[in-house]
Amino acid sequence: MSTIPATDIPEQRARHDARHDRLFAGLLKACALIVLAALLGAAFATLWGGREAFGTFGWHFLVSSAWDPSSQEYGALVPVYGTLATSFIALLIAVPVSFGIALYLSEVAPRWLRTPVASAIELLAGIPSIIYGMWGLFVFAPFFAEHIKPWLTNYLGNNPDDGTPSWVATHVPFVGKLFASDYPFGASILTAGIVLAIMIIPFISSVMREVFQTVPTRLKESAYALGSSTWEVSWDIVLPYTRSAVIGGIFLGLGRALGETMAVTFVLGNAMDLSASLLDPGSSIASTIANQFSEAVGLQKSALMALAFLLFVVTFIVLLIARLMLRRLASREGR
Amino acid sequence: MTNAAALALAPSMAPPEAEPKLKVRDLNFHYDGFHALKNIGMDIPEKQVTAIIGPSGCGKSTLLRIFNRIYAIYPKLKATGSIELDGENILDPRYSLNRLRSKVGMVFQKPVPFPMTIFENVAYGIRHHERLSKAEMEARVEQALRGGALWDEVKDKLKQNALGLSGGQQQRLCIARAIALKPEVLLLDEPTSALDPIATGRIEQLIEELKSQFTIVIVTHNMQQAARVSDRTAFMYLGELVEYDETEKIFTKPGKKQTEDYITGRFG
Repeated sequence: MSTIPATDIPEQRARHDARHDRLFAGLLKACALIVLAALLGAAFATLWGGREAFGTFGWHFLVSSAWDPSSQEYGALVPVYGTLATSFIALLIAVPVSFGIALYLSEVAPRWLRTPVASAIELLAGIPSIIYGMWGLFVFAPFFAEHIKPWLTNYLGNNPDDGTPSWVATHVPFVGKLFASDYPFGASILTAGIVLAIMIIPFISSVMREVFQTVPTRLKESAYALGSSTWEVSWDIVLPYTRSAVIGGIFLGLGRALGETMAVTFVLGNAMDLSASLLDPGSSIASTIANQFSEAVGLQKSALMALAFLLFVVTFIVLLIARLMLRRLASREGR
Repeated sequence: MTNAAALALAPSMAPPEAEPKLKVRDLNFHYDGFHALKNIGMDIPEKQVTAIIGPSGCGKSTLLRIFNRIYAIYPKLKATGSIELDGENILDPRYSLNRLRSKVGMVFQKPVPFPMTIFENVAYGIRHHERLSKAEMEARVEQALRGGALWDEVKDKLKQNALGLSGGQQQRLCIARAIALKPEVLLLDEPTSALDPIATGRIEQLIEELKSQFTIVIVTHNMQQAARVSDRTAFMYLGELVEYDETEKIFTKPGKKQTEDYITGRFG
């Protein structure tokens, strides 16, 4: 007798399905684990590569501004500061501009204009960073040195050409130092921050625009019906409603700014000196690695690896801050 | 009859020829080349409930949305004719939107609390029009929430997010939010269409309480609701005002065949 009783077929099928489901779940888990493994692997590899630098300098590696291959002295302060300063400037410029672009496209612009401008912004996001770097080096930095920098040093810095610092430079703390510079070229922390801002605006503004469009019409109409202006509706209703996605978009841009290599290398000046002025050249973690990796051996190579590990840590801390910010905002709203 | 009793009765004996709160004349409205409202003319009396009924697409919501010019946030929409609020034409571009919206409040079909605390939901609109101290604001919010018949349910959780309230509570919050501005006219756009029967009953009871202070215009697809809550009813069909009269008359002896067909359920 080889015929299977009819009642066994569903049972077999059920066993079969259960086996398949287990297999499928395992497969999905493996996919997720690959990402985790890659992340941990990269973090560990850089830490391992940097063990010699960390071992030689200890915690001085973090606070020392020395970077001298001839005397084998290395410290991460200059590139870490450069990375944070350029990214912070980039955010300072990019967030309000992106907010404006997104609001204009989702709330104010006539309908026929919305799609073309939105596609143009997405195109901008796709431009390779080397092109931004070249534009920054050949076009923007000379323009900056010619027209913007003299104005900044004369009106905000504490060593202007005519020798008398402006009211702002003498009365507002730190401003004079931030905008003082004897360096004659356009490459600087501020230049890099501006180029980075231009690079991350497309990311932040397209995320913002997309989430602004998800705000229910009735919510906006209710606010208008209470006498709100477009600005008040945007600031009080649209922004809080989309808050977490907006912060997500900002940190996406920040993540890109922190790790951006090519464009920054071109316009940052690659100087390993610590300077309080935003108009002086500097270095970022990524640009230092890109500039020196090919020739580095021994302790210098290890120091570069250690820098790479620090970039991991910085990015991780930034993401952590984003999480904490979201949680605090949520609790303030009584959720 | 004593003098006091006579005085107490006085408001309900207002002369029938009292000046209407809203006077609509030759109102036409177009969008996307569609003639949505055709030569509407109606008088809406003060401190009464006026219901606007009609099948979907008849223009009843469109008409309501002109009373506070909420349509103006969209480009290319244009209303012609006039709507006078206390003798001033609100369609005149010189009539400030801010002033209009402080006088004419609106509650929408679905409850839409703002993403803020319950307290802030009510205080939000007030801040656009008045500058109040903290104590004044608290008193004002309490007054509005009491007016919206919600105070007892939320007084211990004013700092919680409004999205945690039930649908019916959210809608009463929206009513409280609208009356917090002390408007003169209250527009209700199918305010109970997303609510269950019990929550609907509470809102209808609230409308009954509010009409002593506000001129109420309610759009509803529910004829029983119009019959229950309103003093006057307008029946609209295909962008035209077919019939407008006392609610009792509309529902017992309508003057037009179309009205009769609609209220008896023969179409719509």
